[in-house]
Amino acid sequence: MSEAATEKAVDAAIEESAIKMRGTDVSVFYGEKQALFDVNLDVRKNSVTALIGPSGCGKSTFLRCLNRMNDTIDICRVNGEVTLDGENIYAPMIDVVELRARVGMVFQKPNPFPKSIYENIVYGPRIHGQVSTRAEMDEVVERSLIKAGLFNEVKDRLQEPGTGLSGGQQQRLCIARAIAVSPEVILMDEPCSALDPIATAKVEELIDELRVNYTIVIVTHSMQQAARVSQRTAMFHLGYLVEEGDTDKMFTNPDNKLTQDYITGRFG
Amino acid sequence: MTEITADHSAGAGTTGRSLLNVGERTRKRNAAEKRFRMMGLAAVAIGIFALVGLMASILSNGLSSFNQTYIALDVYLDPAKLDKNGNRAPEDLQKITTFTIQPLIKTAVQDMLDKRGFAAEGVNPNEAAALISGEAPAELRRFILANPDQIGETISFDLLASGRIDGYFKGRVTMESAALDRNISPEQLVLADRLKEAGILDLRFNWAFFTAPDASDTRPEAAGLGVAILGSAYMMMIVLALSLPIGVAASIYLEEFAPQNRWTDLIEVNIANLAAVPSIVFGILGLALFINFVGLPQSAPIVGALVLTLMTLPTIIIATRAALKAVPPSIRDAALGIGASKMQAIFHHVLPLAAPGILTGAIIGLAQALGETAPLLLIGMVAFVREYPAAPPEGFFDPAAALPVQVYNWTQRGDPAFIERASGAIIVLLIFLLVMNAIAILLRRRFERRW
Repeated sequence: MSEAATEKAVDAAIEESAIKMRGTDVSVFYGEKQALFDVNLDVRKNSVTALIGPSGCGKSTFLRCLNRMNDTIDICRVNGEVTLDGENIYAPMIDVVELRARVGMVFQKPNPFPKSIYENIVYGPRIHGQVSTRAEMDEVVERSLIKAGLFNEVKDRLQEPGTGLSGGQQQRLCIARAIAVSPEVILMDEPCSALDPIATAKVEELIDELRVNYTIVIVTHSMQQAARVSQRTAMFHLGYLVEEGDTDKMFTNPDNKLTQDYITGRFG
Repeated sequence: MTEITADHSAGAGTTGRSLLNVGERTRKRNAAEKRFRMMGLAAVAIGIFALVGLMASILSNGLSSFNQTYIALDVYLDPAKLDKNGNRAPEDLQKITTFTIQPLIKTAVQDMLDKRGFAAEGVNPNEAAALISGEAPAELRRFILANPDQIGETISFDLLASGRIDGYFKGRVTMESAALDRNISPEQLVLADRLKEAGILDLRFNWAFFTAPDASDTRPEAAGLGVAILGSAYMMMIVLALSLPIGVAASIYLEEFAPQNRWTDLIEVNIANLAAVPSIVFGILGLALFINFVGLPQSAPIVGALVLTLMTLPTIIIATRAALKAVPPSIRDAALGIGASKMQAIFHHVLPLAAPGILTGAIIGLAQALGETAPLLLIGMVAFVREYPAAPPEGFFDPAAALPVQVYNWTQRGDPAFIERASGAIIVLLIFLLVMNAIAILLRRRFERRW
């Protein structure tokens, strides 16, 4: 084997180890209608991957494939392969509950449980058996809230309902709830679309901090947001993956005309 | 085309169109709105009028059944008649009949009249004794059997006055009607008046109405709801214990787990249809299935409850499914998104939120079952039952009556006093329903959460 070839192989191995999730030929059908066409996309470890594209382009559908939330829709069918650390999450013996504990999700609309802030956070770790004593629970609540940057705002009212917080605080509570179960990947489906600019800025800041410990995939309609928070960007259109690459390159010098038009606001 | 242009130019021509000028269209629209509002008001008024009329009629007929006329009487329990052997042996005492006791009452009435110096004009001793209810000897007999050592003593009893006397003080029987009545004479009424003045006869709250069993056609004054209330309570216990878990489990499965296909559609349609099946059909089913096939006893609360459970299930299932549907899907997503299983998501998050709706549905279903009459007639609960059913669970298999059936039963009797009783029973039934609805509202308030 030549030196160059060896180097290439090592590069590939490094590349491989940096991949957290990988979609291979992912196609999704809602009944008769096909929503995604053979998407091949890698999600890199400890980075933020933004999925952009006009409404109905399939970016949320792809996101929901990553932790099998599509399973909850009766008529939905997924073809192809999605791997998490090299394991196919659509393999028959996979337990989706275990999967979702490792791949958490934050939704478009803040959806805290109608329970106390404390209960909201402790619920996930408790059902997964990660905490059992009061001290462990207190600890996980504090740790999660600190990570989500919410602790100082709510530390005096942990027993008050989570639904009583402002929209931005609720969304950060949902993020705290997601990270409480110590996932490896966090999926975010337009997490800021229901928030005002100040709350949005806080959440974006948080996403950037979370990148250190977690792998994040975010769906967003805001080009600026994608540019601000993500390292990798994938552009979807009509169910096809149009282009993916480093965010810097995508926003300055995209390969595809469609991407260029979309990010410059010429359509979408 | 020309028309449109003309219209348009006309519209444009009236520059400075004022909002203060009410046009023809506006006037029509306002009139239509006003008409509709009046119609709505009228509809509400008719409803309220009907309700007030109904309540007024029931209350005016039935409230008097909560009062009952009693006569205080000192009865000498003559050992010579009651216990000829003088040994107070229980098996001898068991042989005492009401025929033995009747003369004692007659003597007691006569003594009382003599002692008070009431010259009972035109009232012979038999007629004077007839002021007392025919139920009194039975009451005395029960007392004697329970207290054999009291034989030989003179005991004060508050005995029921006969139905006609009771009716006289409640305005049902008048001097004129008594003159035509073979069961009562105006002279007896005069005597009753004098007894009342002397404080021997009085009206008081009728506890026995809630505890006593039904009585025969000739003794409306003794008829009570005891057996019916017990029977209804037993049935409600079983209905609740069966229909709530079955109904909720079925709804959760259909709403959350069942695949959407032709079979579930079929089941859904059939549940809706089941809710609309006439109740008497359920009675026939109960008769054929539970009594003839399974061999459960007739008139038993268990059979009534099983039939009512079948009737209540669709109501509970429909209400529960609606309550589950009303829980926002975002709550399910939230739970699933952090790795809760489907069952955990439902039991930890969806059910608590749906609980007020489920409970309301269950209580409405129960209230419906409580008032149901027709199916119970077919399984024999209309029978004349004077024995209290035993305590549960054996009591579930004893014959019993039910409140609505008791109402139906009493309205079939000849004596007008039973109309009062039936109305009284309706009031009791309505109070039960009101209490149940109040509980439903309270539970709603208590468990309702905003999200």
